[in-house]
Amino acid sequence: MAEAVCFYIFAGLMLAAALAVILGRHPVYSVLSLLAVMFCLAALFIMLGAYFVAALQVLLYAGAVLVLFLFVIMLLNLEPETLARMRVFTLRAGGTAAAALLLALLVKIVVSGGDRPFAAAAPGDGTVESVGRLLFTTYLIPFELTSFIILAAIIGAVTLGKQHTSRK
Amino acid sequence: MITLTHYLVASALLFSIGLIGIMTRRNVLMILLCIEIMFNAANLAFVAYARAWGDQAGQVLVFFIITVAAAEVTVGLAIAILLSRQLNTLNADEVSALKW
Repeated sequence: MAEAVCFYIFAGLMLAAALAVILGRHPVYSVLSLLAVMFCLAALFIMLGAYFVAALQVLLYAGAVLVLFLFVIMLLNLEPETLARMRVFTLRAGGTAAAALLLALLVKIVVSGGDRPFAAAAPGDGTVESVGRLLFTTYLIPFELTSFIILAAIIGAVTLGKQHTSRK
Repeated sequence: MITLTHYLVASALLFSIGLIGIMTRRNVLMILLCIEIMFNAANLAFVAYARAWGDQAGQVLVFFIITVAAAEVTVGLAIAILLSRQLNTLNADEVSALKW
């Protein structure tokens, strides 16, 4: 019972905050709403027993990625979007219709898969130790390869930034 | 009783909200934010399945998704800064030239 109440509170809050992200006119409010989404998602991860992933979610997404977003938005000094009236309506109608179609499809697929009650989680599942053990044994090569992705991202960001200064 | 389906429907809703955002907003930064929402919807589905099947591979995959998302955001934001400095716009509709 307590689990159901927690689930509905956090899931409802998460979806409301996600709607606030896409409906907000000002980008700073959208980023702050996304922060609420991340924290609610971390709470859901904890309810699912994924403690390590929940900690990563707060540290990496809320701590690093969203701060980067805030930095860039404040650096660029954005004004709210301006669009022609007709264009707004077509975009909204088309986008909402496509998303509703996708949602209907996804829910149909999920429900047709049959329901599966959660088994009791094994003790120690989802902790740093057990996920880390898996990460450094079975998934060692993908784990090492992620360092290449990060290296590529660093080089890409530095190159893009540098090109700008040399052209000015 | 909360089951796997509850989490998967929440994930599908979150993904659809992100899709609406991508289709309706024209600001490059807002599109990046909506991509983040969709990444997180996928993460929620992975963790829910990891719990339902008692297999922690799903949680390891979430770790990889978070890494890739961070890399994607870094480059995306660098491109957004370049767009606003050089083309003086962040509207995705106005950015249509490969070379200037």
